[in-house]
Amino acid sequence: MSDDRQDSVKQALGKAAAFGPDIDMNKFAEGERKPEQIEKLQDTPDDLAKRMENVGVTADDSHRDGTILFIDNGMSHCSNRAQDGLIIMDTKQALQKFEWARQYNWKALDPTKDKYTAKTYLEDSDGYFLYIKPGYHLKYPVQTCMMLGKHQGIQNLHNIIVVDHDASMEIITGCTTVHGANEALHVGVSEMYIGDNASLSFSMIHSWNDHTAVRPRTNVMIGKNARYVNNYVVLDPVGTVQSFPTAFLNGEGASCSFNTMCIAHENSDIDTGGCAMLNARGTNAEILSRNITYGGKMVARGRLVGNAPGIKAHLECRSIVQKDGGVTEAIPELEAHFADVEMTHEAAVGKIAQDQIEYLMSRGLTQDNAVSMIVRGFLVGGIKGLPQSLRTEIDKAVDKANLGS
Amino acid sequence: MSFLEIKDLHVTAGDREILKGVSFSMEEGETCILFGPNGSGKSTLLASIMGYGQMKITAGHIIFKDQDITHKTVDERARLGIGMMMQRPPNVTGVKLGDLVKVTAANGHGKTGQETEFKMEDFLDRDVNVGFSGGEIKRSELLQLAAQAPDFVMLDEPESGVDLENIGLIGRKVHELIYGDTHCGADKHKRVSALVITHTGQILDYIGADKAYILIDGQIRCTGRPADLLKDIKENGYGDCKSCQTIVKIQ
Repeated sequence: MSDDRQDSVKQALGKAAAFGPDIDMNKFAEGERKPEQIEKLQDTPDDLAKRMENVGVTADDSHRDGTILFIDNGMSHCSNRAQDGLIIMDTKQALQKFEWARQYNWKALDPTKDKYTAKTYLEDSDGYFLYIKPGYHLKYPVQTCMMLGKHQGIQNLHNIIVVDHDASMEIITGCTTVHGANEALHVGVSEMYIGDNASLSFSMIHSWNDHTAVRPRTNVMIGKNARYVNNYVVLDPVGTVQSFPTAFLNGEGASCSFNTMCIAHENSDIDTGGCAMLNARGTNAEILSRNITYGGKMVARGRLVGNAPGIKAHLECRSIVQKDGGVTEAIPELEAHFADVEMTHEAAVGKIAQDQIEYLMSRGLTQDNAVSMIVRGFLVGGIKGLPQSLRTEIDKAVDKANLGS
Repeated sequence: MSFLEIKDLHVTAGDREILKGVSFSMEEGETCILFGPNGSGKSTLLASIMGYGQMKITAGHIIFKDQDITHKTVDERARLGIGMMMQRPPNVTGVKLGDLVKVTAANGHGKTGQETEFKMEDFLDRDVNVGFSGGEIKRSELLQLAAQAPDFVMLDEPESGVDLENIGLIGRKVHELIYGDTHCGADKHKRVSALVITHTGQILDYIGADKAYILIDGQIRCTGRPADLLKDIKENGYGDCKSCQTIVKIQ
């Protein structure tokens, strides 16, 4: 890396992010680089396994084609059940081992974007590297789990996902805290590259603690006729999350959808959504978010930029306010540079309609059960192509949150 | 004590008084028809008996199975055995009909797995009422009621918006809801009580009714045999009832 770049990135260490409260990174010590190793996934200690299950990552990997676990800044487990077609390892090793992998290193995302990307770059952070060879379609999802294990620690990750042309993959990634780490900072930089006619479904479930700070940074480069689906779920209390993943639809006919499902509990500050840059003819994008506030702060953003003719894009933010005291904001943005575009948005903020609750109650459901059922339906309803595994996790999380009480 | 007693019920919705002292009673196993022009308060009366929140009871009482349910919640009433088929139920986006039928059966006394009989097998994975046609809404409501199996059922215009092809199925299902799934009258189990709103009387081709009331301007003005009252309304409209100042009081 050139000295020039190094210098400009160092300067960016002082650059606050565009959105969300600014976090003083000096409060956090760097996380462990050499965590405990888990050879066999089945031998994962119970306390970890339980937290993993909460975010959709299972110690029984019979229905997973690959698994990678990180605790703080080091890899703790890596296994590949698919073998053929899948490369799964830590990013540093991949960049060392494969010259071709370096073309994906900090190419989708500028490290000077803000202090969090700068920090990740300067720390020469590790992360997971997933690659699918051309024409390969994995039967089962690959799962990755990022655990924060150190109180007042910072986790810096640099992940690279490449789905080569005509290939497809589904990823379930769960992020959580273990070992009682509460006040800690998670920074995850993810670069994703989807080749022509390829597809990637990326589902992320977060379950943190009520003082955890979370700053994911994700850019996705999408080729011709390729498809990207991003599901983001955060249902448990958290300190602050700010995330604004961006998809670049660079190939003709490419498409993406962002689905966000969040619950902002009291004292949680969640600022999330997605952005799609429709850079090629005939691309289309959909951004849907379904959020509920229980006295927390919830900002749902969506941004669609039409940089080519013949594009189609829709944005929908819906929020239910269950309790006073918090703030709910829906911020949809549309920007078009051509006449031949079809871009729409809808936003709605309000309470659950009383007539719906009473209608279910007239079938014998208690008010709490009726509200739970509607909330569950609200979060996942209208979102097409949600993996069944994720749906199950959402159901469990909603039940656990004992919504409506 | 009657099965259901409505005593001098006054109900406002919004700022307007809709029911202005309604009194009547029903016996166990009885089917009553409620006639009345649009806006007379028929749906409000049913919604008040079910306990829907937008109806505010300002005076009077509702007694069901010897319990004063005037201030009970909707689900308490449902679990006491009251069921309702709404004329225009709300869309419940995200809630699948199949899931609603399942929890309804779990809380009630009916069963699941009857969707084919109701021609609803393709709707179980659909959001409740979203994009349903008139007939589909009625079949969905009846499927839910079959899972709930209430002792007292209120039907708000069960035939409205239903095409001729569907009316037979809906009529038969309403019959089964009230009389049970009987063949040759062999199964003489307890009959379900019913309070039915109808404008056309079409549903009377499928069920027998014991009594009828006419509701005008939030008051019951007339009572009689359903067939007689229907004939009279068809011939003369409600004009006579409106000018008639009799208010039916049933003790």
